[in-house]
Amino acid sequence: MKFRTWAVAGALAVGLAVAPASAKTFRYAFQGDLNALDPYTLNETFTLGAMGNVMEGLTKRDKELKIIPGLAESWEIVDPLKWRFHLRKGVKFHNGEDFVADDVIFSLDRMRSPGSQIKSRAPADMKAVKVDDNTVDFVLTSPNPILHYEWDTWYIYSKKWAEANGATQAQSATATSLNPFALKANGTGPFTIVSHEPGVKTVFKPNPNWWGKPEHNLTEVIFTTIKSDATRVAALLSGEIDMMDPVPVQDVERIKSNPSTDVLTGPELRTIFLNMDQMRDELLYSNVKGKNPFKDVRVRKAFYQAIDIEAIKSRVMRNLATPSALLISPLLYSRSAEFKRHPYDPEASKKLLAEAGYPNGFEVTFDCPNDRYVNDEAICQAVTTMLARVGVKVTLLAQPKAKYFEKAGPTKKYDSSFNLLGWTPGSFDSWNVLANIAGCRDADGKGGTFNYGGYCNQKVEDLAKQILVEVDPKKRDELIFQAFTIVHEEAGLLPLHQQALVWGVNKKTKIAQRADNQILLYWVQKQD
Amino acid sequence: MLAFAIRRLLEAAIVMVAVALLAFVLFRFVGDPVNQMVGQDTSLEDRMQLRKDLGLDDPIVVQFGRFIWNAAQFDFGISYQVKQPVTTIIASRFPATLELALTAAVFAILLGIPMGVYTGIYRDSWLSRIFLSVSLIGISLPTFLIGILLIYVFAVNLGILPSFGRGEVVQLGGWTTGFLTISGLKALILPSITLGLFQMTLITRLVRSQMLEVLRTDYIKFARARGLSDKAVNFGHALKNTLIPVITIIGLQLGAVIAFAIITETVFQWPGMGLLFIQSVQNADIPVMSAYLLLVAFLFVLINFIVDLLYVWVDPRIRIHGREA
Amino acid sequence: MTDVTDSGRRSAAATASPRQERGFVRRALDSDLFYSFKRSKLVVLAAILTACMLSAALFAPLIAPHNPYDLGSLNLLDSNLPPAWLKEGDPRFLFGTDDQGRDILSTILYGTRSSIAISLLAVVMAIVMGVSLGLAAGYLGGYVDSAIMRIADVMLTFPTILIALLVNGIAMTAFKGRVSSGGQFWILVCSIGFSFWVQYARTVRSMTLVEKNKEYVQAARLIGLSRPAIMFKHVLPNVLSPVLVIATINLALAIITEATLSFLGVGLPPSEPSLGTMIQIGNRYLFSGSWWMVAFPGITLAVLVLAVNLLGDWLRDALNPKLR
Repeated sequence: MKFRTWAVAGALAVGLAVAPASAKTFRYAFQGDLNALDPYTLNETFTLGAMGNVMEGLTKRDKELKIIPGLAESWEIVDPLKWRFHLRKGVKFHNGEDFVADDVIFSLDRMRSPGSQIKSRAPADMKAVKVDDNTVDFVLTSPNPILHYEWDTWYIYSKKWAEANGATQAQSATATSLNPFALKANGTGPFTIVSHEPGVKTVFKPNPNWWGKPEHNLTEVIFTTIKSDATRVAALLSGEIDMMDPVPVQDVERIKSNPSTDVLTGPELRTIFLNMDQMRDELLYSNVKGKNPFKDVRVRKAFYQAIDIEAIKSRVMRNLATPSALLISPLLYSRSAEFKRHPYDPEASKKLLAEAGYPNGFEVTFDCPNDRYVNDEAICQAVTTMLARVGVKVTLLAQPKAKYFEKAGPTKKYDSSFNLLGWTPGSFDSWNVLANIAGCRDADGKGGTFNYGGYCNQKVEDLAKQILVEVDPKKRDELIFQAFTIVHEEAGLLPLHQQALVWGVNKKTKIAQRADNQILLYWVQKQD
Repeated sequence: MLAFAIRRLLEAAIVMVAVALLAFVLFRFVGDPVNQMVGQDTSLEDRMQLRKDLGLDDPIVVQFGRFIWNAAQFDFGISYQVKQPVTTIIASRFPATLELALTAAVFAILLGIPMGVYTGIYRDSWLSRIFLSVSLIGISLPTFLIGILLIYVFAVNLGILPSFGRGEVVQLGGWTTGFLTISGLKALILPSITLGLFQMTLITRLVRSQMLEVLRTDYIKFARARGLSDKAVNFGHALKNTLIPVITIIGLQLGAVIAFAIITETVFQWPGMGLLFIQSVQNADIPVMSAYLLLVAFLFVLINFIVDLLYVWVDPRIRIHGREA
Repeated sequence: MTDVTDSGRRSAAATASPRQERGFVRRALDSDLFYSFKRSKLVVLAAILTACMLSAALFAPLIAPHNPYDLGSLNLLDSNLPPAWLKEGDPRFLFGTDDQGRDILSTILYGTRSSIAISLLAVVMAIVMGVSLGLAAGYLGGYVDSAIMRIADVMLTFPTILIALLVNGIAMTAFKGRVSSGGQFWILVCSIGFSFWVQYARTVRSMTLVEKNKEYVQAARLIGLSRPAIMFKHVLPNVLSPVLVIATINLALAIITEATLSFLGVGLPPSEPSLGTMIQIGNRYLFSGSWWMVAFPGITLAVLVLAVNLLGDWLRDALNPKLR
C-alpha cells in the first residue's frame, strides 16, 4: 500500500505520470460470506443486499427505505384483489436481452420452486397475468395491503437466460449435482459480477448499460469476507479496505480517533428480546416442580423490572442501542412513542416475585447464542447478573448459533425455559411481528414458529387476523396499537433494545447507510 | 520392507474407517444445519421438508450407511452453505493451507534445529539462555492473541504487512500459489510466524534435550577420543542420533500444524481449509465437515507412514522390528 | 487423669515426628537434587514464583478482594474501569474491571485456580494414559502395538479442538444441557487430556523400541524378571526424559488450549472465567484501549508458563541419570 503511494508520488515527481489514476476501486469487508449468487436460495440480508447491486426487483427502496419504482415504473390497485404493474421499457439484462413481462411471470414461478427460500414474498394463491409485454396484473384471493412490501428483494430473472443455463428452478439443498449457474448471475442492476470465489472474494464492475443514472463513481468493487472482528478493524485502520461491517461496538472510539477512518451509525431494524416459556406446565431446567412460574404475569413483570436496560445500553452496547418497549423498531411503527418500558425497579421486582410465591427467587437456565447478535453473550451475562440481584439464580448456557437454534427452536421442540432472540420483520411491518414472534403456536411450532416462549393470547390472535386484511392505514395502526398494548401489559415477551448499525468507513468514502443493513454499492462515492 | 509397507497401508484403511465413524458421531452434536440454510420467513413445513430431504430424519444406521457408501466413492455431496460440490471447494482451499503449513514448518525447523543444537552444545552460554527464553514466548500466549498482536504491530502501527488474506495469487493449473507474487509472499509472513512459533519452541527444546543426552554417551566420547573434529562429532554423530524423537515430534506436529491452522486462518482470514472448516462447524455444514475430517485423516496417515519409513532409515536397529513384523 | 496420658502420648508423637522429619529434611538437603537446585538462582526464582501462584490460586477465596463468581455482587455500572492508579480508576479495583464489572485481580486469582486445575488434571490424565499405552505398545509389540498405535493415529487425526467439541457435544446431549460449571470443568479436562495422551504414547513407544534391544533389558529378561517389572522398573525410567519435556510444555499448552477452546465458544462458562477465558474476552477489547483486560491475565499466564517451564527444564536435567 505504502509502497504503491511512494511509487506513484515518485513517478509524478519525475514527470513520467502516465494517465491520472481514474480507477476507483472500492474494497469492503463483511463478517459473513457471500455464499449464494442465486438470491432465491438464501433469504438473508447481506446476500440480498449484495445481489441487489446486480439484480433488481419490480420495486426498490430508497435511502430512507421508502418504496420507489424499480423495474416497474408504476403500479395501481385496480381493485383490492387486482394489482397492475407497468414495467419499465428499454431495460436490458447484462447479457443484452430485453426485460419483458414474461420474465416477471417466470420469476414468480421460480420464486415458488421447491428450492426457493423466498416463497413468502407473495401469497401462495396469487396469480400473475400478462396483459402485454410491459404490463402485468397480480390477482389475489383476499385483499393484501402490504403485497409489494418485500418485492424490492424479489429479484427478476431473465427467462431466456435461466432456461439456457438450466436455472429455471432455485437450486434445492439436496441436489446431488451442481447447477451450472451457481457461480453466475445475470440481472438488470447497476453492477455485474466479474468473478466469485465463495467465502474468499467477489469482484464487481459497473454495468455501463444500466437504465438508471449512476450515483456512484466506482470502476471496480472487491468484496472480501473477514470473519474475525479484530482483523476486520485492523484492515480498516491500515487502509487495506474502505468500508466494513459490522464494527464491534467497543472499537468505535478507536476507529473514530484514527485520522483516516470514521464510523457510521444508525438505528437498525432488529429488536432483541427475551422469551419466557409459558407453554409447559412444568418449567424445564428449574428447581420449581409441578408448576411454571412464567405462567404468572407477576413473575414475567418481575423479570422485566429487574433488567436495568440503561446499564446494558451504556456499558454493554456503548450507547449503540435503543432501549425498546416494543418488539418492533420505532422506524417501522408510527405510534411506538406511546409505549413506555416498565421501569427498572429491583425492589418492585422482588416484591412481585414474593407476591407470586417466590420470595427467594428460583432457578432457571438461560439459553443464549454467542455468535449471532451484537454482544449477545455479554447481554446475557448482564441479564444473568441483574436477575441474581433479585434472587433468581440463572444458569447461563451460551452456545454457537447452530446449537442454540437447534435447542431453543422447533427442532428440539423448544427445549428451553428462557432465551434471547432477535427479529427483523422482513416485510417491515407489525403484522409480521405479531404473527411470528407473538402469535400462538403448538408444541411442534405450528403457528408462531419463532415464538420461542410460546406466549399466546387469543385476543392478540384475533387482532392480528384483522390487521392482515385491514386496508385503511389509520384503522390498521389502531388495531396494531391494541395488540401491542396487550403484549406489553402482560409482559408476554421481554423486549430489550434495537441494536445499532455500525459501519466503519475510510473518510475518503461516502456511502449511504440504510437501516436494513444492506450494503448498496450504487450509492458509494470514493474521493481521491 | 515391502511387507512392512503393505501392512501399514492396510492399517491405514482401518484408520480411515474409524475416522469416518468418529466424524459421523461428531455430526450428531454440531447443531441444526437447517436453521442456517433458510431465511427467518421460511415456514415450519418447508423447514421440516428440508430436514427430511437432507436425510436428517432417517434412522442413524441408514444415515451412516449412506455416508460411508458416498465417502467410499469420494462423493461428499454439496455444501449446505455454498451450494457447490464439497470436493471442488476443498480443492480450491487446499493450496492455501498447504502453503501456509509448509512455510510455517520450514520456519520452525530452520530456526528450531540450529537453536536446539546450539543450546545443547553451549549449555550455559548467555546466548543459549536468550534463545530458550525467547522460544518460550511461542508457548506462553495463545495463538490467537499472538496473531492479533502481530497484526496490531505490523499491519496497523507500522503498515508494512497485510492484516488479512493471501495477497495476489497466481493460478498454476488447478493450484493457486502465493509464492510467486510480492504481495503473496508478504501475506505469508505473519500467519506462518504465528503458526510456526509453537512448533519452533517445541523443536528447539526437544533437540536441546536430546543433544544434551547424546553428547554424554560413550560413543560420542569415543568419537572425540578418536580425534574427530567437533563439527563432525556434533553434526555427524550427535545430531543424527537426536533425530528419532525429533522426527516423531515433527511428524506429529504436522497434524497439529493443520489443527492450529484453524485458529491462524481465522485470525488472518486466510482462505484455507481451516477457515472453511470452522465456518462449517458454526453453520453445521455437515458435508464440508466430513470431507475435511477425512482429508485430514488421510494426510495424517500418510505423514505417519512416511515418518515410520524415516525411522527405519535413521535407526537401523528398528529395521529388525520391521522385518519381524 | 486422662488429660495427662493424652498429652503424654501427644508429646511422644510430637517428639517422634520431628526426628523423622529432620531426618528427611537433612536427607533432602544433602541430595544431589537440592544441590543442583541451589546452584541456579533462576530455578529458585521460578520455584518461588510457581509456589506463590499456586498458593494464590489455592487460597483465592481468602485473598481475593471480591468474589467474581458471585453474580449478585457484580454491577454493570462498574464495568470497563481502568486500573486504580489511572485516571477514572477506582480504588476498589486495583487492576480495573472487565466488561461485566468483575474485578480483574480477583478474577485472575480465581481464574488461575481453575486454569491450573484443568491443565494439571488434563496432563496427569494424558501421561498416565499415554505412558502406559506407549510402553505396552513398544515393549509388547505385535497386535497390541498395532491396535494402540492405530487408535493413536485416529486420535491424532482429530485436532484437540475437535475432540473437545465432540466430548462437549456428547456430554451436553448426555446431560440434556444441564451441565453445571463443574461439569463443564471435567469435560474440558477430559477433552484436553484425551487429545494429549497420544504424544506421550508415540514418544514413549519410539524410545522403548530402542531401549528394549539394549543389553540391560536383555539381561533383565535373562534373569527372569516379569514383563511388567521390566517395563516399569527398567525401561520406563530411561524413556521418561522426553516425557518430562513434553509434560512441561503440555502444562502450558493445556492452559492455552483452554483459552483457544473458549475462543471457539466451548470453554468454561463466561460467568466463571478461567485465565484463558479472560484472555479471550480481553482479546476483543485490545483495539478499544481497555488493555488491562488482556494484559494482566496475559502476563499472569506468561509468567506461570515460564516458571513451570524453567522448573521442568531443571527437573529434567537433574533427574536424568545420563546427564550427571
